Amino acid sequence: MTFLQLLLVFIALSVSAGVLGWRRANDPVFLQGRRPRSRAVYHGSYMALWCALPMLIVALGWLSVEPWFIRPAVLQVLGSVAGQPVEHAAFQYLEIRNIAAGILSDANASEVIRLAVERYRSLSQSASVVFSGLFLLAGILGFYRGYQKIAVDFPARERVEKFVRFFLLASSMVAILATLGIVLALVVEALRFFKHVPLLDFLLGLQWSPQVAIRADQVGSSGAFGAIPLFAGTLLIALIAMLVAVPIGLFSAIYLAEYARPSVRTIAKPMLEILAGIPTVVYGFFAALTVAPLIVRASATVGLQASSESALAAGLVMGVMIIPFISSLSDDVINSVPTSLRFGSLAMGATRSETIKKVILPAALPGIMGAILLAVSRAIGETMIVVMAAGLASNLTANPLESVTTVTAQIVTILVGDQEFDSPKTLAAFALGLTLFCVTLVLNFIALKIVRHYEERYD
Amino acid sequence: MDTVMTTERIQSDDALVRYLPDKPKLVTLPSGADVKMTAEGVNVFYGEKQALDDISIDIHSKQITALIGPSGCGKTTFLRCLNRMNDVVDGCRITGRITMDGEDIYAPKVDVVSLRGQVGMVFQKPNPFPKSIFENVAYGPKIHGYAHGNDELEEVVVRSLNKAGLFEEVKDRLQEPATGLSGGQQQRLCIARAIAINPAVLLMDEPCSALDPIATARIEDLMWELKENFTIIIVTHSMQQASRVSQRTGFFHMGVLAETGTTEQIFQNPVDARTRDYITGRFG
Amino acid sequence: MMTSNEKQVRKRNRAEVRFRSYGVLSLLAAGSVLLFLIYTIVSSGYSAFFRATVLLDVQLNAEHMDVTPPYTQDVLMQGRYTSVVKQALYAQFPEVTDRKHRRALAKMLSPGAELVVRDYLIDHPDRIGSTVSLEVPLSSDFDQLYKDHLPRSGEHIRFTATQLQWYDRLRQEARIHYRFNTQFLFGGDSRYPELAGIGGAVVGSLYALLVCFLLAFPLGIAAATYLEEFARESRLTRIIEANINNLAAVPSVIFGLLGLAIFLNVFGLPRSTPLVGGMVLSLMTLPTIIIATRASIRAVSPGIRQAALGMGASPIQVVFHHVLPVAMPGTLTGTIIGLAQALGETAPLLMIGMVAFIADIPATPLDASAALPVQIFLWAESAERGFVEKTSAAIMVIMAFLILMNLLAVIIRSKTQSKVE
Repeated sequence: MTFLQLLLVFIALSVSAGVLGWRRANDPVFLQGRRPRSRAVYHGSYMALWCALPMLIVALGWLSVEPWFIRPAVLQVLGSVAGQPVEHAAFQYLEIRNIAAGILSDANASEVIRLAVERYRSLSQSASVVFSGLFLLAGILGFYRGYQKIAVDFPARERVEKFVRFFLLASSMVAILATLGIVLALVVEALRFFKHVPLLDFLLGLQWSPQVAIRADQVGSSGAFGAIPLFAGTLLIALIAMLVAVPIGLFSAIYLAEYARPSVRTIAKPMLEILAGIPTVVYGFFAALTVAPLIVRASATVGLQASSESALAAGLVMGVMIIPFISSLSDDVINSVPTSLRFGSLAMGATRSETIKKVILPAALPGIMGAILLAVSRAIGETMIVVMAAGLASNLTANPLESVTTVTAQIVTILVGDQEFDSPKTLAAFALGLTLFCVTLVLNFIALKIVRHYEERYD
Repeated sequence: MDTVMTTERIQSDDALVRYLPDKPKLVTLPSGADVKMTAEGVNVFYGEKQALDDISIDIHSKQITALIGPSGCGKTTFLRCLNRMNDVVDGCRITGRITMDGEDIYAPKVDVVSLRGQVGMVFQKPNPFPKSIFENVAYGPKIHGYAHGNDELEEVVVRSLNKAGLFEEVKDRLQEPATGLSGGQQQRLCIARAIAINPAVLLMDEPCSALDPIATARIEDLMWELKENFTIIIVTHSMQQASRVSQRTGFFHMGVLAETGTTEQIFQNPVDARTRDYITGRFG
Repeated sequence: MMTSNEKQVRKRNRAEVRFRSYGVLSLLAAGSVLLFLIYTIVSSGYSAFFRATVLLDVQLNAEHMDVTPPYTQDVLMQGRYTSVVKQALYAQFPEVTDRKHRRALAKMLSPGAELVVRDYLIDHPDRIGSTVSLEVPLSSDFDQLYKDHLPRSGEHIRFTATQLQWYDRLRQEARIHYRFNTQFLFGGDSRYPELAGIGGAVVGSLYALLVCFLLAFPLGIAAATYLEEFARESRLTRIIEANINNLAAVPSVIFGLLGLAIFLNVFGLPRSTPLVGGMVLSLMTLPTIIIATRASIRAVSPGIRQAALGMGASPIQVVFHHVLPVAMPGTLTGTIIGLAQALGETAPLLMIGMVAFIADIPATPLDASAALPVQIFLWAESAERGFVEKTSAAIMVIMAFLILMNLLAVIIRSKTQSKVE
């Protein structure tokens, strides 16, 4: 049965279960003049749940059949023929599935592939029959069971509410699931990478050129996977960005919090919010289209040569993107400094700027440090601006006029396009992802700790 | 049967002559009146702090019992024990026995939800739902399944609004938001809402403290009518109000029930020294 | 004679003025960059909403078009119309006879010119055999020339002198028109800039946002409800909250990696589809919705909760009948803002494959498609001059969507503020 047919059956059975349960609970003959313990709507919901949940469980079981059972069996067909390296398994499996689905023609397929396709087809077929049957069975049995349970003093409301509570709890666990999924995906693939390339070579290597042999006999196929140039590039661009964003963001926040008239605030705040809402791909385009050529021209006039994809271009625009981030976080922090401190300083005859420099900023400093760390974390994790404006050539340098690449840009470059899922090149992206995840995690953790530690002082 | 003219009582203390009812009210005290709810040796703890100490009191059926005493002495805490609203307070522990119709309401198998359907509550600050007037009153009957279909619901709503003395004022705007009513009207709406599910007992926690004197008087009149059908327990810090409306009174002092008895006896011949001091205004 | 004290005061006041000016300068700097960016985009993008066409008299010769009666839609879709279009252009320049020059002449037309004829015939099959005047799009180079985006002289010109002469003559004969380019708004992507449209990308993005909303909205509200109403202070609760805050700060590429490794590889979901894109986006939007909903729930007055409990409503009934309805406007505001952020996300969609060149408009969320920000990226990377204006115009479109969504959120927020007062 197709997905659509199953969906229709699911909806039809569940809804009719609900309606039937509701009507039965309202039926005076059934009630025999007594008032039911729970309202009819709960009886109906209870019956619908009894019908729907078993079907969902069967559906979930069905989803896991493909990866856990069918795939290994089909790959076994491939592996059983001598000379087939199972390294390219993922790619071939995709090909087999596409042929089986009729997307690809089998005209060019080898004999082995054809066999595998046959196996896939037959397995899928039987799985489909078995599970469709189970699905229907589950629905009907559930329907019947729920019907039987309806009684005048049956605590339907309590049961339904128990399920609702469980659903609420499960929903909040999704966040944990997501984090687990991220960690699992990154760690598993990164570990596979480190089987090809040792960890220290990765972390401390100075050369990054991720080529990998497509065919075993290809010459010049050795790739270097030293990530230092990437770290350096990331840091260089992030540094330029912070040099732009911190002063502008901080002074904007100070001005808005301490000096600005309400009329200025009504223009400035939306302006900063617009800056914050611009998608990064737009910033990237702006950087590549306008800022980079400007830098090339400007540096030419002073006799320097800038690459058309300079780190400076990417860094400047990234800085602009981060300005609202720092500004709004600092604004919150500055506003939470107690006014009594302000008044105390002003009453002593200090100017506003002295009050700010000597009283408010020191008090707000931990919060601002936290904001800066979060901003750095954001800058490190930023992708599109670098991809579009900073280039993809690995280069270990401190010169902002040269072209560098970053961790995020490489992740994207490696994985966009057809990937060989088991090659070191593809897996390198996961190793980079793991590094990035760890670094941002640590930065966020430290930022939070700093803010929380010093927040207590002012409560 | 003892019949007492309340005018006598009022003359005996100048401080109480601040608001006279239009007509003297006859207080009939049936001897051997039914006891609807009892408390036996009830203690309430919030964490380590003890809020109520060994409270024992009988609540008589179809009468108004007033709980009086200075602020913070546990009256509201005790009231909230009677419909188990203290269950939602973290760290609140209750020992002792509270019964209704002879059954312990804290027994493990008691369904709190249906208990609250039988013991209704009106709060200090009127808290109508942000829905229409009709929806407010209809909510209780709906969730308890007392009315099926729009006709039955409408009947219940109109009846409750009438009993609460609000119907005439709102009959043309039942679908308008309840938050548009005045404070006094909102409180009467809350009363209508509470009585719509026909509880046996109605708990009122300082229901008039947020209202002006005219609104207060209306609600006191309302209480007098309601006691024909409901057992009412009212917490109040106004002694005048207690003496005006109640038949029985309990005086709370620092978490302890100092004295209980008929209202006439408490106000005319208090036995306990603390009661006497409070009544004559020496503190509180 | 100024005392040292007065000098000191003067110095401090000067420092004050300086300090204050830093603030003003910062705001001005940010503002001017924003204005500059808007100016750049709009000035380079508005021309994409128009395109240059040439008016030709096309002889609808059935034989040349390779169609035979009956002229049903299927038959007409199989026809070949390039030659009749070229003939119509040659007819304007009867002096051009040799193959080389004729090829140069034909280069002035867009490869999509023949489709104009096809579509016209599908609407008017009765006109076969007659001559009609049709406007067909010029090729990208000439379209850009009309818009003054390409130079007529200099080292990198893309036109021969003769082509320029032909072009000028057509202009003098008032045969070149400037029309609103509906194909840009509703058509799918194309290799040729003059034919490229964002229709496919917009639909792809809308489908992805739909999937994202359907997943993140109920789960987010449910999680927030649990955390605010039912969760006790416990290790599990703290872990859940820490995870939510963490997810909010994870870089978007990592979500792309997750989508690739788990949704595509483990679950075997179809690549490049808005379904998977929406699933990845929902994980990124979930924390935003949860945080906004929690704040709204906390703002509900406790009096309402007490009243409902006192009436004998169960805790779940209190939540669903009273708390959530009141918290809904705040929740919706947060959701809309979250969806607006999701609309602009590019990196994760790149990695789950919504980046292939797809010329069709997806019919369901299960069809391969591109997304608007990805389309912007693809066009930005293209070498052809004609795509620059398209990229900017696509940016204008996405910004329009974002502004609309944020306005909606602001309206909802202000409506509830006024109700409270």
